[in-house]
Amino acid sequence: MVHLTRKGRSGGKILGTAALGAALLFAAAPAAAEPSEADLHAALQALDTKKFKQKAQAIEHLGALGGPRVLEVLGALAKGRLYVREDGRIVIAERAGKQYTIQDAASGRSEPKAGKKELKKIKVNNRLRRLIRGVAGRLALFSDDPGQRLEAADNLIKNPKPQALPLFRQARDRETDDAVRAKLEIGIAVLELEADDPALRLAAATTLAEISDPDIHSLLKRRLQPDIEPDPAVRDALHSAVETIDRKLWLFGIAENLLFGISLGSVLLLAAIGLAITFGVMGVINMAHGEMIMLGAYSTFMVQEIFRSVIPPELFGFYLLAALPVAFLMSAAMGVLIERGVIRFLYGRPLETLLATWGISLILQQLVRSLFGANNREVANPEWISGAVEIAGGVTVTLNRLCIILFCLAVVAALAAFIRYSRFGLNMRAVTQNRSMAASMGIRTGQVDALTFALGSGIAGVAGMALSQISNVSPNLGQNFIVDSFMVVVFGGVGSLWGTIVGAFSLGIVNKFLEPVSGAILGKIVVLIFIILFIQMRPRGLFALKGRAAGD
Amino acid sequence: MKTVSKLMAAVCLFAGSLAASEGVRADEPIKVGVLHSLSGTMAISETALKDVMEFLISEQNAKGGVLGRKLEAVVVDPASDWPLFAEKARELIEQHEVDVVFGCWTSVSRKSVLPVFEELNGMLFYPVQYEGEESSRNIFYTGAAPNQQAIPAVEYLMSEDGGSVERWVLAGTDYVYPRTTNKILEAFLKAKGVAEEDIMINYTPFGHSDWQTIVSDIKKFASAGKKTAVVSTINGDANVPFYKELGNQGIAAEDIPVVAFSVGEEELAGIDTGPLVGHLAAWNYFMSVEDDHNSAVIAKWHEFIGKDTRVFNDPMEAHYIGFQMWVQAVEKAGTTDIDAVRAAMYGQTAPNLTGGTAVMNVNHHLSKPVLIGEIQDDGQFEVVWETDGVVPGDAWSDFIPESAKLMSDWTEPFSCGNCEKPSS
Repeated sequence: MVHLTRKGRSGGKILGTAALGAALLFAAAPAAAEPSEADLHAALQALDTKKFKQKAQAIEHLGALGGPRVLEVLGALAKGRLYVREDGRIVIAERAGKQYTIQDAASGRSEPKAGKKELKKIKVNNRLRRLIRGVAGRLALFSDDPGQRLEAADNLIKNPKPQALPLFRQARDRETDDAVRAKLEIGIAVLELEADDPALRLAAATTLAEISDPDIHSLLKRRLQPDIEPDPAVRDALHSAVETIDRKLWLFGIAENLLFGISLGSVLLLAAIGLAITFGVMGVINMAHGEMIMLGAYSTFMVQEIFRSVIPPELFGFYLLAALPVAFLMSAAMGVLIERGVIRFLYGRPLETLLATWGISLILQQLVRSLFGANNREVANPEWISGAVEIAGGVTVTLNRLCIILFCLAVVAALAAFIRYSRFGLNMRAVTQNRSMAASMGIRTGQVDALTFALGSGIAGVAGMALSQISNVSPNLGQNFIVDSFMVVVFGGVGSLWGTIVGAFSLGIVNKFLEPVSGAILGKIVVLIFIILFIQMRPRGLFALKGRAAGD
Repeated sequence: MKTVSKLMAAVCLFAGSLAASEGVRADEPIKVGVLHSLSGTMAISETALKDVMEFLISEQNAKGGVLGRKLEAVVVDPASDWPLFAEKARELIEQHEVDVVFGCWTSVSRKSVLPVFEELNGMLFYPVQYEGEESSRNIFYTGAAPNQQAIPAVEYLMSEDGGSVERWVLAGTDYVYPRTTNKILEAFLKAKGVAEEDIMINYTPFGHSDWQTIVSDIKKFASAGKKTAVVSTINGDANVPFYKELGNQGIAAEDIPVVAFSVGEEELAGIDTGPLVGHLAAWNYFMSVEDDHNSAVIAKWHEFIGKDTRVFNDPMEAHYIGFQMWVQAVEKAGTTDIDAVRAAMYGQTAPNLTGGTAVMNVNHHLSKPVLIGEIQDDGQFEVVWETDGVVPGDAWSDFIPESAKLMSDWTEPFSCGNCEKPSS
């Protein structure tokens, strides 16, 4: 059977942490000299063991030595770049093709390259990574780079240890950078909440009331539990601090849901905008619309692969820009093919169109599956859209979603302008409003049909390019969006671009406000029921076309 | 001309069926059914299993087949369509007269074919980790039961090495496997003294792609000052956007580790694993395990498939073990007769690719080692913990009161998969 006993917070662990803290206080003092290479070498050698516990001790010892070299070695260890060479020395190795570039860990000198067989990786687990972060954080608190100091202070606040208080104070007194200083003050306040002096605790509670962070909030709340805070004045201060933060967090919560809703709405809008043209304007029920999105995503994948193999790596980040026209053209071409090959024979027969396009969607899916395999394809997020921006109080938006919001707005604006101002847009509107009249004015309606369908499909392709950044690129990609797309178009009002925009954003926002309350599944059901009821009352959707434009 | 050729074809067919009904001849191949989706949603995972079955059969044929007869794979495509699984299973057994079937991935597909196999007395090898609470006479479960995957993973996270986790998010896709697993885990956690308010359970639909709210909720849930971990039974396509969102929102494994039961090397192939280093998965096999047997099989696999980037994963190892056991059982029984082979299956052993020996138990589950691995930036896992020996699979969980008293033993005289233990 499984032998694993759960160890609680045993005394040994606390003692160990305390000893570590004490050792670090001496070690991390800014005056600590750079350890000699021999010392470092000896300390590093202790990492060459299979036992995580011994590795932990070795890391603590390294932390006690201090110095920028140790900081670099610990960073490499956390990233899994520290290896044992055949001769038993510890080295930092970086993969370069099939070989590894080698640097001696103790001295930092480069060495001749080595193959994979000559190196043995020093394994780390999450516990060691956390330990390294703490140790390195204390060292980095006195680094010359303010960015590093800020990160270190942040890390220490996340895992507050009472022993770190003198270290924080010391760092604050030397700190010149305002942002880092403010962070350190927060760290000190967090730790002083448990100080013996009630005046210090009171001051800490007042300082922390300004910080709208969920972590701080729950920390203050814990101090409010019975029998923890004896002093009534401090208790009152804690109470009011919790209330202040509560109010702020509530507001942030709403802002967050709104933001998430807009983000979801922009994804829906991107997926639906092509359909708004093919279904909304042309009246073609195109079940293969999702597959146009998928083709766009696969085009992006192909462009990425070409960039990886041909274009220098510095330019890799720009592959998305190159993928944009490719995705558009690929899907547009497929759109023309479908329109000329199948759909034009079925105008005015919606049921047949539905079945035929559904068949096409299955064919396209299996085609892609046969060509690329059934597996997900990796489409990397370029550096410039990875990560997140923290707005305030733990409200974060990931950059890729932010980019999609902006991209979506740009696509919609471009499309609206194109339909409004270009000659083709005029023809398109003419044909949809009155086909026979347009034909008698000399517009080639067949050509306009094909191009309109191409436009709708091409925009779906562009959407696929954007969605490849947040979703997975697999043959099923399109299926995930087809129902949502129809929902948006029908809800917004068939034939109305504005309706699609308003529909997408309102559905996104409603969904996101429902989700925390009802869960993702029930939320979807509620939205669906709402749309059904809404369509009962307004069969033409939010923005119904009126007058002659309404067609029949 | 046309009618003549049609007639000829009919004659050939007739002759063929005559030959088949004449009984088994030594030169006739043994038919092995392969029931994995090659199209539809599940093709992402199941195609590789079809490939591995073809690989194993060709390997066995190179060794001279079984009982002096060649093996022949009969591949059908149930297209990720659960009722179609049942139809295809019937087709394999009745029409193609296969002697054994290797197949299924999702629990719902297994539940769909189960009555067919029981009615026609077929034999199915099911290679995927699942929720347990089942033991059929006609199915051998070569994947992990909850006590071979979910429970050890949670115990690891509770241990000091795993980070002494005290607060738990159970996130899953909304269907039978996550719901049953989470029910078992919830009961287990409560038995270990975890309070109700320290457990958050969340379900999402298949293919869920917008994880912003849930990831942000997890972050909030984790800010209560207790070490928090996510136990993920999210299955299929939804994993990629989930992990992308985690990575982008900057949730590092050191802060909130995510342990997954349905994410293996194959699933990670579509993600940039850089930001995910340290998140965990529990399986009975990892491709990265350094073992001579493992590297030899992987080398042969790469040679067979003609591409050295293809991964080998846990369900593939399960087929590898199951197939080997079946071959041995047929040799032992001296026939492909289902009942004789089944009786010969019990106690069959096969070497695991990660060392040690897997044993087929009388409850149709395997004894296998449990490994916990951390995701590395090359998309592989690194083992950070493993059981000392093998863990016998438990068909009925001890943590669900109504199934704790059930047991499964398909040998005489008990011969029952879901009966109460005899009181003696």
